Amino acid sequence: MLEADLVAFLKTVVVKDNLIPLAAYESAADKFSVTFTKIEEIALVNGFYPMRYQRQRNLIRGRGQLQLLKSRVAVVGCGGLGGHIFEMLVRLGVGNLVVIDPDFFVESNLNRQLLATVATLGRYKVEVARERGEMINPVVAVEVLSQSFQSDRGAQLLSSCDLVFDALDSIPLRLQLADLCSSFEIVLIHGAVAGWYGQVAPVPPASGIMGQIYQNSGLESQNGRVAEEGGNLAPTVNLVAALEVATGLPYLLDDYQKKWSPGCFVDLLVPELELWS
Amino acid sequence: MKVTIKLFASFRQGRFIVKECEYEGKISILQVLHEFAIPLVGVGVLLCNGRHVDFDCELVEDDVCSIFPKVGGG
Repeated sequence: MLEADLVAFLKTVVVKDNLIPLAAYESAADKFSVTFTKIEEIALVNGFYPMRYQRQRNLIRGRGQLQLLKSRVAVVGCGGLGGHIFEMLVRLGVGNLVVIDPDFFVESNLNRQLLATVATLGRYKVEVARERGEMINPVVAVEVLSQSFQSDRGAQLLSSCDLVFDALDSIPLRLQLADLCSSFEIVLIHGAVAGWYGQVAPVPPASGIMGQIYQNSGLESQNGRVAEEGGNLAPTVNLVAALEVATGLPYLLDDYQKKWSPGCFVDLLVPELELWS
Repeated sequence: MKVTIKLFASFRQGRFIVKECEYEGKISILQVLHEFAIPLVGVGVLLCNGRHVDFDCELVEDDVCSIFPKVGGG
């Protein structure tokens, strides 16, 4: 039986504290004709722990790591916020990621977008993300779409997700994304940046929270793109992306209490974080 | 009627962080924004006692009103 044979194999490659090194996955995959994902799932179910997650073991634990492995999460936007969110989700071990963004990298992205390098200028952001994911954590499956989330394929991909991260740079598009996530009954984690400031809030389905957040922000420009107006800084996108991921993780993990946190505003100049409560 | 106005981020420049204000009769958040010359186009989240409100929200005694700038980039 596969699982029993694989477990027997894992016992021969395990290092201290039941840790399984990534190097063993290739051998296991060849020997048993299974995917890395399956190897990891069987390992976690049987009390082993992937070595590359060793430092989060006491925080996520085996049950949580298995939940992450089985989760399917979308990042809508692969620029400043999206690149950092994507990277963190890969490193955490979220097993199935969907990255949606129709754009390609341009020079002005270099000051803050993690996946923007001189070598990737001109390339589709999602394709670079896919490669980055493979380099960091080959167990994570990354599905990409270089179209709008509003395309038929985009909506289809989102509908199958457990959680969606807002990494857009347009207010009108955010409102549409919130409506779409509501229709699919999926929690959306909102995040936005402007200069030294940022904000994060969970948006439960049908809560109307995104509409409330932006009810006073008239849709002045045609597409509502705001990156050019006040500018954006690397530390701000880093921090807001981290707050988004930290806000979203409890929705994937049973061991963490899910409460509808009210959201927050951050000012990196002070620095200060204000809860919206 | 006493209310507390809290400003955040760039809105504090040339104004204040927290201010207790006294008003005779009713006052809306829109009137408060005009009083302190806060440009409406730059306003994002408005909270009254922690709840999202709009410009027309009328303040009552002891309300705490928080005014945040618009944040929409990514």
